[in-house]
Amino acid sequence: MSSDAERGAGEGPEASDPDREAKAERIRELLATEGDAVAENTRGFNAGRYESTGRLDGYEALKDEARAIKEDAIERLPDLIDEVRETVEANGGTVYLADDAADANRYIREIAAERGAERAVKSKSMTSEEIEVNDALAADDVDVVETDLGEWVLQLADEEPSHIVAPAIHKSREAIAELFAERFDPDDPPETAEELTMFARERLGELIEDADLGMTGANFIAADSGTMLLVTSEGNARKTVTATDTHVAVAGVEKLVPTVEEFSPFVELIGRSGTGQDVTSYISTLTPPVDSPVPDFGSDQEPLADGSDADRDFHLVLIDNGRLAMRDDETLKETLYCIRCSACSNACGNFQSVGGHAFGGETYSGGIATGWEAGIEGLDVAAEFNDLCTGCSRCVPACPVGIDIPWINTAVRDRINRGEADPSQLDWAFEELVPDEEPGGLDLGTRLVGNYATLAEWGHKTAPVANRLANAGPVRALAERVAGIDRRRDLPEFARESLVEWFDARGGPAVPADEATREAVVYPDTATNYVDVERGKATVRALEALGVHVRVPDLPGSGRPPLSQGMVATAEAAAEDLYAGLAPHLDAGRDVVVIEPSDLATFRREYERFLPSESSERLADASYDAMEYVFGLLENGADPAGLRAPSEGTGPVASGKRIAYHPHCQARTVEVGEYATATFERLGYDVRVSDTECCGMAGSFGYKTDYYELSVDVGEPLREQFGDTDRTVVAPGTSCTEQLDALLDAAPRHPIEVIAPRG
Amino acid sequence: MSLADASTFTRRLDDLGVAVATGPPEECATMVEAAAGEPVVGVPLGRSGPEGLADSPATLPDRVETEPTTADLRAAHTGVTAASLGVAEYGSVALEADPAGTEPVSLFIDRHVVVLREADIVPDMPDAFDWLGPRARDESVDVVFATGPSATADMGGLVHGAHGPKEVHVVLLRDDDAADGPNDTPDAEAER
Ligand code: SF4
Repeated sequence: MSSDAERGAGEGPEASDPDREAKAERIRELLATEGDAVAENTRGFNAGRYESTGRLDGYEALKDEARAIKEDAIERLPDLIDEVRETVEANGGTVYLADDAADANRYIREIAAERGAERAVKSKSMTSEEIEVNDALAADDVDVVETDLGEWVLQLADEEPSHIVAPAIHKSREAIAELFAERFDPDDPPETAEELTMFARERLGELIEDADLGMTGANFIAADSGTMLLVTSEGNARKTVTATDTHVAVAGVEKLVPTVEEFSPFVELIGRSGTGQDVTSYISTLTPPVDSPVPDFGSDQEPLADGSDADRDFHLVLIDNGRLAMRDDETLKETLYCIRCSACSNACGNFQSVGGHAFGGETYSGGIATGWEAGIEGLDVAAEFNDLCTGCSRCVPACPVGIDIPWINTAVRDRINRGEADPSQLDWAFEELVPDEEPGGLDLGTRLVGNYATLAEWGHKTAPVANRLANAGPVRALAERVAGIDRRRDLPEFARESLVEWFDARGGPAVPADEATREAVVYPDTATNYVDVERGKATVRALEALGVHVRVPDLPGSGRPPLSQGMVATAEAAAEDLYAGLAPHLDAGRDVVVIEPSDLATFRREYERFLPSESSERLADASYDAMEYVFGLLENGADPAGLRAPSEGTGPVASGKRIAYHPHCQARTVEVGEYATATFERLGYDVRVSDTECCGMAGSFGYKTDYYELSVDVGEPLREQFGDTDRTVVAPGTSCTEQLDALLDAAPRHPIEVIAPRG
Repeated sequence: MSLADASTFTRRLDDLGVAVATGPPEECATMVEAAAGEPVVGVPLGRSGPEGLADSPATLPDRVETEPTTADLRAAHTGVTAASLGVAEYGSVALEADPAGTEPVSLFIDRHVVVLREADIVPDMPDAFDWLGPRARDESVDVVFATGPSATADMGGLVHGAHGPKEVHVVLLRDDDAADGPNDTPDAEAER
């Protein structure tokens, strides 16, 4: 099959779907032009997050507190809106609740016209991007100047932000120097970061001094006092507010919290989560109109503080634009908890490779953008980039308010699937093959992957014919054209004897129940059962070596593949079937040992949504990652002598002692990634653990023609780390194994295959 | 404030590259003198920061222009203001906007010299917001928690002084009561 893969690679993909080809082309272009700068910055921020949150005592408790505050605030949102109107007005400001972007812009234009404003200076705010207020004001000849340095660079270059916190991370220093030289033609063009910054500071300083109107966003607003919190590092928001006598703040209604005291956990979390700063340089808490004198830079012999009360005007424009409706939508409601810290973007393997320009909707970018865009702009906009979420789930522990971002992506994908259903595309033969719960007309690639369990069973039954056929040139070409399955990617080879068949053929359990310390069911997930049977056999042998009575019953798929395609109803049906199959074992007090980490993650995370809570908790409590289970047995006194320790002695054997381990992304999210390391070390192995968030393959993702190159690029750091290692490479995930196989040219094994006694 | 807070505070400032001078209120003018560049504008103590500073022996040196025009502010290298609060865990100082101009004087300059009483240091952020909450509700205060100099990484490298000060100096006025107290011994500090 490799010869075919090579041939495919030589020819390049032959995607005939124009959308797919256009998307692939756009991704290729971004990889080439912006990929390096984005990668360096986001990976730096992400590493900073680990470092900074690691130093923080009680990080998890702080996250819980932050989440609880948001839950409460969104629950009480209508009351908080009323309350903030009262407090702001009591302070002498004005509150305007805008229904949508047009309404907000109309109001802001009126203020500008009343004040006779010729120039507005603006401090970076996603909400103002959302309503596109710059364009609205420009239509009235108001010159709007962005004062955040990154945002200003983009304004000069006429580009969109590529990151919600650091909008210009895709631009290199050289590109900025070129831009300044071109736009301003200075005598002595600035080149270093220092020179460029000072050049911008000076230019912007002048523009701010003469401005008539200051615009900001708000990170949070306390309803009890009308105080808003602005988090910045440059000081531009401070200058924008201080130097102008009219301040317009725009903020989504979801920014309200009940009290000023509740700002506190967010202040500690926001900088750490986003860029890894413990706190940003400036945390402004303004209860406008502010008390500072308005410096009159126009007649500068005036005393700065002339003793008179500052004549300041303040308008808070609260924007609904779909948010109040999102509040009533169980899935999208979570999005309103988002504090726009960018941790989810920085933690995302795909985002690290291509950045927000591939990942963006109209305004927001990164993983959570699906929720924002679906709520604010609608499903069509969300659909454009929703696919880029591979469900690796690394953003989940990164998010300071505990939003399950992959779930929002899955649920939105499901809505897109359903919304686009077109019965005329129904293909009867295909229907036979994919007996799912979804409406007809789904994209074929989606359905193929979503029905992987059925396909694999069929492939196994007809192997080796299926293997030969599946990898034959014409079939690959067809699969690529019709279903978007990239032919450069090797397809899994189906086993002739499944794990369940093997287990039955050997006569069932080798350790009798009455001699066993525990009883366990080894879950024959689809990949293990039909493709990678060896890791299943190794699991059985390892557990038996530790005195466990093992069973391998025939059980259905977990629903993970359809879930990855947003086929929620199919996944839910799978969860119910599998639970029914497992229930008798749970009743009998047996443990469930899971080899494929993405299946374990599904049990522990998504089944909550599909099964009655009693059932999902029962399964989650009884199920273990294979290496977690081994570790637990050893901790409880099982004799490690039954397992394979590194062999002492001569020659290349020593290399078998040294392991390069890539933990699976979802396993890390459910916190079982470290058990393999711990077990290896206990047995005397020397382990080096990969430090990437995700290998880039994530199930079906790397199979698709549009994403093949991106997938390979995401895996690049892994190749750099493990590419020429003489260590034995291990990875528990099926897709990681396939990705590593492609990247390193060496098929990694499941950790349990290394420590299990030889068969 | 405990002694531990003061030492955490100075340690954090040190990490941030902020110079700290500590001394009794009587030496305030001398410490500010040493920290300030030229020309220097400022807001009189007590009109900036806590009211208690107005009656304390702490003063600013004569060369600080405390009634600056906007031209003076523009030309100034250094701005001197007081801070109302320090947050030990983060090395942050709370600057309160007031009609006398603490906000512009601490912002439109290259070097900010901050005068803070040790007594006004609180341990952590929740304490700072407990202090802020009632004042925001009752007095509509505007407070910026400033931590180190203004900074940006937008131009391809970390640079200080993006819009605000490039440097920050803190003049920490030793708490007289604590100085006489039983905790202020080298041993107590060593135990920390
Ligand atoms: S979803 Fe969470 S991690 Fe992502 S930007 Fe919002 S708060 Fe931050």
